[in-house]
Amino acid sequence: MNRDPLIPMIGVVTKIRVDTPDVKTFRVVGLDGKKPFVHIPGQCAMLSIPGVGEALFSITSSPTVEEYLEFSIKKCGCVTSWLHAMDEGQQITIRGPYGNGFPVDTDFAGKDLLFVAGGIGLAPLHSVVNYCRHYRSRYGSIDIVYGSRSKEDLVDFQEILDEWCREDGINVHLTIDRAQPEWDGHVGFVPNYVKELGFDTSKTVVMCGPPIMIKFTLAGLMELGFDKKHIYTTMELKMKCGLGKCGRCNIGSKYVCKDGPVFRFDQLDALPDEY
Amino acid sequence: MKKLPLSKIDELFKALSAGQKLYIPADDAAGQAKFTVWQEGLALSQKLNTVRSAKDLFFPQVENLVGFKVTGKQIELIESRDPAEPFVLFGVRACDARSFDILDKVFLAEPADTYYKARRENGVVVTMACTRPAETCFCTVFGIDPTEPAGDVSCWMDGESLYWQANTEKGEKLTAGLSMLEDSGEEAVRAQQEKTREILGKLPLKDLNLKGFDGEHMMELFQSPKWASLSESCLGCGTCTFVCPTCQCYDIEEFNTGSEVKRFRCWDSCMYSDFTKMSAGQPRPTQLERFRQRFMHKLVYFPTNNDGMYGCVGCGRCLQKCPISMNIAKVIKTLGEDKK
Repeated sequence: MNRDPLIPMIGVVTKIRVDTPDVKTFRVVGLDGKKPFVHIPGQCAMLSIPGVGEALFSITSSPTVEEYLEFSIKKCGCVTSWLHAMDEGQQITIRGPYGNGFPVDTDFAGKDLLFVAGGIGLAPLHSVVNYCRHYRSRYGSIDIVYGSRSKEDLVDFQEILDEWCREDGINVHLTIDRAQPEWDGHVGFVPNYVKELGFDTSKTVVMCGPPIMIKFTLAGLMELGFDKKHIYTTMELKMKCGLGKCGRCNIGSKYVCKDGPVFRFDQLDALPDEY
Repeated sequence: MKKLPLSKIDELFKALSAGQKLYIPADDAAGQAKFTVWQEGLALSQKLNTVRSAKDLFFPQVENLVGFKVTGKQIELIESRDPAEPFVLFGVRACDARSFDILDKVFLAEPADTYYKARRENGVVVTMACTRPAETCFCTVFGIDPTEPAGDVSCWMDGESLYWQANTEKGEKLTAGLSMLEDSGEEAVRAQQEKTREILGKLPLKDLNLKGFDGEHMMELFQSPKWASLSESCLGCGTCTFVCPTCQCYDIEEFNTGSEVKRFRCWDSCMYSDFTKMSAGQPRPTQLERFRQRFMHKLVYFPTNNDGMYGCVGCGRCLQKCPISMNIAKVIKTLGEDKK
């Protein structure tokens, strides 16, 4: 196989699952039918359709899945629209993995974990959650606060109901922005819900979602007394190379593609806020 | 040290271009100096420096990465890399020679860029000492000595002779095949250096002060209110980045030829609004942020990651070419005022 970092390998999309009206999950294997490469939760890969473009996506599946990589992708631009329009069996190009990933085997080990996600922000956290579920004894309690605009917009809803909600030691707190007839769960925005739930400040927080959710959830966590050193997020900037060379994702002395995309908020405080 | 009477320089060029391409600074029809493939009759430019920098030879403005043949749902990779051929780059100034060290930090860092690496390995750099530095020159601010240019081979030239000093293994190997070179003493070169240093001591930008441009002052510099007035007139044309020997940001794009999709990379500029724009938003919404990024990167971010090595070599091209006369020297002066 070609090992040049800028040259992709060919992958095949073997399964496409419709998650929400604008999110689909794509299962990708190599031409040999095997998983294209091994990754750490939180790492990303460059996917492309030649002639359309290339873009970076976080890997949604856990590294513990041996057979394939999965990507939950929201339709919002050129490449994603094309991905959403294609059929199973389509070949794409893939290169990676890129980025640092979450410190699942170091800083997270033995900790009580609180995941906070909004909308498609669940995609990168999904990989971490399932990794922690696989190695359940290595972690303390797991709380997951996940919110979306509506019940239909919750990504991986069936998996959350059938698997996450039924496991001991995992507390799932779902919320939607506005009340719906067939919804008997919590209604309200994620930041307020996090504050209402009032978590213990010894927890390590992993957060991903729209900037506005991040901003207010972070403020809420600060009010509750959390330390920024224990709050992680994963960032998204425009990228072309994924190798820290093309210059696009440069923030201060860091490159999001290679030094990130996972950062702690105390690390982000030391960088210009151009994200 | 070796020397050659200038009357025999074509003989030297002929020998250097046997078996490899030789690039020398030569004037084009419009009188602009640029690195040009030498052939019989091409004369060495008398200009101080080329309009575009020497980075083109290692990091070309456009290059093919890979091709794809798309048939239905199938994709086939097509090798489309241009083969790296040996070449000699003659007449590089000390500033541009330093820029290669800076580009190396980016492109040779793991995982190395194989396209750049192949050209670096295949290129022999022959530098030329400056004797008439211009008012826009400030390489000495970055510790560069234009009278003692680094390179595989260093050269000096006066009215009569070319002096030649091999510095590296590559340079020695190149020199070995050049029978027209005679052994020489260093007196003429030392005398020329003395004279040039006198001029360097009078250059208007020689005292640019870089104190305080470091990681420790990153947020303070980033938040300076002075960026507003500095960037106010910037047109975002990107000329500074294109003539800059150290600007290396690139784009990856594709072109469908009808029979295949060619994926290529090309120079890009952080001065452009498209640079960071994504479907999810634009982290640098105005020219202020883009302008600030370019200078913060060269003067603060890059040295923070590279043991204090600045991402500028003081070649002065941006001073000469900016349509609104804004440049890195003004930025250093303006922001540096607070540091004195």
